[in-house]
Amino acid sequence: MEKSLDLINARIRDGTARIVTAEEMPGIVDELGEEGALAEVDVVTTGTFGAMCSSGAFFNFGHADPPIRMERVWLNDVEAYAGIAAVDAYLGATQEAESKDQLYGGAHVLEELVAGGTVELRATSRGTDCYPRRSIVTELLLEDMNQAIMVNPRNSYQRYNAAANATDRTLHTYMGTLLPRCGNVSYSGAGTLSPLVNDPDFRVIGSGVPIFLAGGEGMVVGEGTQHSAGGGFGTLMVTGDMKGMRQEFLRAAVMNSYGVTLYVGVGIPIPVLDTGIVRSTAVRDEDILTDIIDYGTPRRDRPSLAKVSYADLRSGSVEIGGESVRTSSLSSYRRARAVAQELKGWIEAGKMELALPTRRIDPAKRSKPMRETAVTPRVRDIMNRQVISITEDEEIRVAAKRLLRDETNHLPVLDGNGTLVGIITTYDVSKAVVTDGRLRQVKDIMTRKVIKTTPDEPVDIAAQKLERNNISALPVVDATNRVVGILSAIDLGKLFGGRRRR
Amino acid sequence: MKLLLAFSRRGQHDPGREPVIARVVKETGVLVNVEKANIDSMAGEMLIDIPDADADQVRRRLEEMGVAVRVMENAIALDEAECVDCGACISVCPQEVFSFDEDWRLRVSSERCVLCGKCIQACPHGALSQQG
Repeated sequence: MEKSLDLINARIRDGTARIVTAEEMPGIVDELGEEGALAEVDVVTTGTFGAMCSSGAFFNFGHADPPIRMERVWLNDVEAYAGIAAVDAYLGATQEAESKDQLYGGAHVLEELVAGGTVELRATSRGTDCYPRRSIVTELLLEDMNQAIMVNPRNSYQRYNAAANATDRTLHTYMGTLLPRCGNVSYSGAGTLSPLVNDPDFRVIGSGVPIFLAGGEGMVVGEGTQHSAGGGFGTLMVTGDMKGMRQEFLRAAVMNSYGVTLYVGVGIPIPVLDTGIVRSTAVRDEDILTDIIDYGTPRRDRPSLAKVSYADLRSGSVEIGGESVRTSSLSSYRRARAVAQELKGWIEAGKMELALPTRRIDPAKRSKPMRETAVTPRVRDIMNRQVISITEDEEIRVAAKRLLRDETNHLPVLDGNGTLVGIITTYDVSKAVVTDGRLRQVKDIMTRKVIKTTPDEPVDIAAQKLERNNISALPVVDATNRVVGILSAIDLGKLFGGRRRR
Repeated sequence: MKLLLAFSRRGQHDPGREPVIARVVKETGVLVNVEKANIDSMAGEMLIDIPDADADQVRRRLEEMGVAVRVMENAIALDEAECVDCGACISVCPQEVFSFDEDWRLRVSSERCVLCGKCIQACPHGALSQQG
């Protein structure tokens, strides 16, 4: 059996359509079977409410008298992109205000407008014959704008990697606070309620499909930026009129030590056309798998610490390496549910009819990493290969002489096999002389927990280590912990002097 | 009940230089659980947990010894208008103050709070604050 979209819309019009949320669907399919569920259910509503940085809105402010061609535009001191027509601008959610004490950004301005608040528009121009005015300041409400059209380039991720941190310091990321030594796991996404999880083949979610966007009616534009459905990370570009939106589903947020973001509620109704759609909307949290990624690795490709399902994540704790670790969600399941419920109410009331995509989204597409034409400098490009070192059994006097002779401040300390076991500095030697005459050997005064780098590490990461630990040199070691070089703060200067080997 | 104690350590006879907690325990027999202590050269602050029934007695004795005592009733306050029930606070809290109820609404057991402040920073919506 198959059902046409016309039939479903006719049922919506005459009030006989059966609408359920994606949370209810698995139970219905269990009870009635796939054919039974197809006969019974006409529409499945989905919903998600979480941090969606890639969001923003186009505004048209209307013309002032005398008119101005706005070259730079600020809304509550947050700069909007004005490189479009005279009184149009695009305000991005993550753009931050220039002179606020607290973190305040585009997301806050968008929320303020939807909440009915006043926003100060400031704009400057060089003035032209047709647009003579050079500056303007005015206060605007959302209703004063001709258009306030939200266009979010990337919303509603199909699923998202969960995050943990294997380093020994707390990290502040766009995935929230990550405690050291895998002290917690942070995740995002509404699992079974997530829109794209319920249509992973993009059969009915595509361009032109009506959606719930932040409390108002919106539409799918098409694939979102960084869409990578082939790997399970599909995204959507969506749009909607801000004048229909509500603050409940549009909230500014600040990720500690990271920046501003916007929480957006997105819901998509899925027409139940055939058993294939019955099957995809019967998806459960248990079926949706994701990786827990170590955000402690400061690289694009980060290692996975464990593979878990959304059921695991939502249970409150998961296992990593045999230990139970507590989980936190960044998105709100409660509000995702409210999105799906409200959308269900709209369709039951005949307020929204469904449409099929006017253009399909590619379910196999994968996003690519950046093509980098300039080589990222690595530690090996600038490190000093003439390493002056010392062994742990030498006397401190010998170390002092060596430091003086070679005009260096750092001596990596090696054991009998030539592997790195510590480091001493001129400071350590001076301190030993002043404080305690009984200390005789290098191993008595060396620092055993050495902060080090590898030849392959990008220089930016090594520089971050120097800065964060307030030190001025890093021994460079190979895979077997043998010292192959030393990187000092002075070597960083080579990057600017053009002496780097290509 | 949780009491937040503040004392000075400036003068020779300030309470911060005396073993006030040990003295209170010895005199009253009440078992005091020290949950947090922050003591530097000039002043100190300490969060203690004691059985509700003994609170008056312990408080009176501490005040007699010159310690400023504040009863912490709702150590952490949740602004429900700002909270979106995401749960970012749940796993950063060392005391398991936060959890979800069956409707995925955030539940706060503030009696467990030891005022570490981690959740206040972790909340993306600025919905958590410390009792002033």
